[in-house]
Amino acid sequence: MSIEAEVPHEPGKAREFFRSVTKDVSWIAEAPKPHKLWLLALTVAIAMFGWGLFCIYKLVMTGIGVWGNSNTVCWAWDITNFVWWIGIGHAGTLISAVLYLTRQHWRVSINRSAEAMTIFAVMAAGLFPLLHTGRPWFAWWMIPIPNDMGSMWPQFRSPLMWDVFAVSTYMTTSILFWYMGMVPDLATFRDRCANQGKNIRAAIYGVVSLGWRGSARQWHRYERAYLILAGLATPLVFSVHSVVSFDFATSQLPGWHTTIFPPYFVAGAIFSGFAMVLTLLLPLRYLFNLQHIIKQEHIHAMCRIMLGTGMMVGLAYGSEFFIAWYSGNPFEQFTFVSRAFGPFWWAYFLMVGNNVLIPQFFWFKWVRDNNILIWALCICINIGMWFERFVIIATSLARSFLPSAWSYYHPTRYDVGVFVGTIGMFLMLFLLFFRFLPVVAISEVKGAAPEAHAGGPSKGGHH
Amino acid sequence: MSTETHIEEPALPAQGELYGYLAEYDTPGELVEAARKVRDAGYTDFDCYSPFPVHGIDPAMGIKRTILPLVIFGGGFSGALGGLLLQWYCNAHAWTWNISGKPTWSIPANIPIAYECAILLSVFTTFFGMWAFNKLPQVWHPLFRLDRFTRVTDDGFFLGIEARDRRFDADKTKTLLQEAGAIALEPCYYDPDPKTRMMPKWITAFIVASTAFALIPFAIAAKARNSHSAEPHWHIFPDMDFQPKAKSDTANDLFPDGRTNRGEIAGTVARGWLENDDVLYHGLENGQWTTGFPKTHRDGTPFVVDAKLLARGQSRFNIYCTPCHGYDGRGQGMIPERVKALGGVWQARNLVEAPQADGKGGVVIQMPNGQLFNTISNGYNTMQGYAAQIPADDRWAIVSYVRALERAQNASTDDVPADQKGAVQ
Repeated sequence: MSIEAEVPHEPGKAREFFRSVTKDVSWIAEAPKPHKLWLLALTVAIAMFGWGLFCIYKLVMTGIGVWGNSNTVCWAWDITNFVWWIGIGHAGTLISAVLYLTRQHWRVSINRSAEAMTIFAVMAAGLFPLLHTGRPWFAWWMIPIPNDMGSMWPQFRSPLMWDVFAVSTYMTTSILFWYMGMVPDLATFRDRCANQGKNIRAAIYGVVSLGWRGSARQWHRYERAYLILAGLATPLVFSVHSVVSFDFATSQLPGWHTTIFPPYFVAGAIFSGFAMVLTLLLPLRYLFNLQHIIKQEHIHAMCRIMLGTGMMVGLAYGSEFFIAWYSGNPFEQFTFVSRAFGPFWWAYFLMVGNNVLIPQFFWFKWVRDNNILIWALCICINIGMWFERFVIIATSLARSFLPSAWSYYHPTRYDVGVFVGTIGMFLMLFLLFFRFLPVVAISEVKGAAPEAHAGGPSKGGHH
Repeated sequence: MSTETHIEEPALPAQGELYGYLAEYDTPGELVEAARKVRDAGYTDFDCYSPFPVHGIDPAMGIKRTILPLVIFGGGFSGALGGLLLQWYCNAHAWTWNISGKPTWSIPANIPIAYECAILLSVFTTFFGMWAFNKLPQVWHPLFRLDRFTRVTDDGFFLGIEARDRRFDADKTKTLLQEAGAIALEPCYYDPDPKTRMMPKWITAFIVASTAFALIPFAIAAKARNSHSAEPHWHIFPDMDFQPKAKSDTANDLFPDGRTNRGEIAGTVARGWLENDDVLYHGLENGQWTTGFPKTHRDGTPFVVDAKLLARGQSRFNIYCTPCHGYDGRGQGMIPERVKALGGVWQARNLVEAPQADGKGGVVIQMPNGQLFNTISNGYNTMQGYAAQIPADDRWAIVSYVRALERAQNASTDDVPADQKGAVQ
């Protein structure tokens, strides 16, 4: 309770701490030269993105026939990648909104970068349905605007239209939430640049920080708005992946047509998102000396969340098999037997191995303390979660009702190229973010520290 | 504490009006205490400035709860309503979708989008409303003229009392701030140049110009909706509207004769050209509607009007013709019955109506066989042609059956063979 009592009230001590937080975060953007490893990573990311752009060029100019999609497996890597990326995005919102509402103060060290990850992941995700239309220049048909086609409007009862609204609302909300949270820190950058005589930078940061001056009356409305945005983002994040799962659940295909999908997809999304947060942050934390801001206990907490959501996902895998048996529906039963033992058995076991067995390591403290091991496990989870979506999409389609339509799926180099390209784009944007924007929510870290109560009455504490 | 305070002389050469006094405090806790004292002294035009929201400062300063949540509720509510209205207008009003006869408007399927719209509008209201209530973005503020104030985003905890406060008094206010434990105190002046307090002209010009520019597409669309043009469409994305192919009856440089059309190839017959029996395929005999029947079937066997042909005609007639014309040929089939049930008035042509004394009526009976055949083949008025569905042989069978039907429907007892008359009566 009485955190204040532990803080010696020595004049200037609290301010010294706040100064150190500012400096620890700002130096990344202020360093005259970027880190060599950062430059190397950026080069690789841009090369991957470039290759992806070339593949997208070939795809758009030729048509989606360059992909491995066929009449039978009509949704394949494209939709797999879409769902995978969207899922990754969910961890950012969960950290910034759900953990905020549940007063998990450790979130302040990672929420900014997790939100950035969300935005870049949703950008990558949005590309896939757009490209899958084959004629992306007609994407405006999804927007209800008057047109010269006999006032033809979108069909709003299609889950694909729900997707358009859910994903674009999610994208908009994530960007506004991210930006709003960043304004006080951008003001910090503005003031630091002004003090260092970097006038051009100060002007740019000045424009984007909107004239923020940290007034208590402004903070009051700001905090209220932040709380409400968190309250809005929470139901939103659950609705987005539920709507994504409706794309499948509202169809008649065995393996897709199931009511378990919305919660199962949301749990998987959070699971994969946390794995991606750690994949990105573990190396960058070392590279930019953020160990005392992103502490080991924060990594512990994320490992525990992965352990929990991983088991939820495992429970969903089990429930699907149980329901297939219990339903007595021969088509449903066949689909699940063929999922595990059919032509895509290897994908199924990659999925179960990486998503259910791998997270079990997080039971052990020595694993949660070994960051290299955690990083390797997170890579496994990323792969496993990609295969989860592939298994759901491709295996169900490859063995549907008509045996005459059965087929196998082979990706082409353009499938691989576009996917690699989105990974490159994602990494590129994230690395640029890490160099030019406040990577940690400076004001929130200060506010969550014991020093934020320094000089206050020691009785009562924080309520 | 107050012994440490040093009052700095203004560093800027030219000063405008006094904005107020800015005092700095060492810790967030001391700032809260100072705020409480200033408030208790009756000041209202003062504010605290800190790098993060200081806990407990709102009650200390007497900040009232913002009405932002109410505004956001309004935004969310209109979002949900607007989302529903949008879907209703698009799918149930302007362009109704008939999908397996399901109702055009049923709420459950429209909930997800209404939900997303509610969230989207709430988020917009929250974001833009918060900045609007905070009067941000603001391009200038007198406090930014103080070097010390740059630390407000780093480690500075400030309390500023404005000169416009009715209790403001240079000496008393200074003393109050010092006694509250300020570690530094300095006056803040407006810039003497009033221009710095205004939005730079070029920004205003840019906003006006870009707004005007953004309206151009809407202006073009509005003009296009209210005018006529003989010009072809703009094809922004031509897709397959224009294809690099040669169309028939056009000029073509590729061939020596300059035409796209190519002549017949020796030894071949064009599709459909083998159907050269005018009676069988067109119902024509010497350019007139035939009154008889063809001489042969398609396969060359002789065409005989017999019970077998009539039976075939009856079966085809019952499949293709009865829905409108009825089994008796009087034009009262299922479809006219359905029209009647729905309150409409329509009946199909009466095929068996006898001509009246003045020659009116009895259209079908008076038709030559060839014309009847042609009507079945190519349709008439709202009736579609059946040539694509019924082979020519069968169409002739129908003609024979219709003739039989006409006879039967207009028969009298005289038509019954003498040896069966007793059974009928």
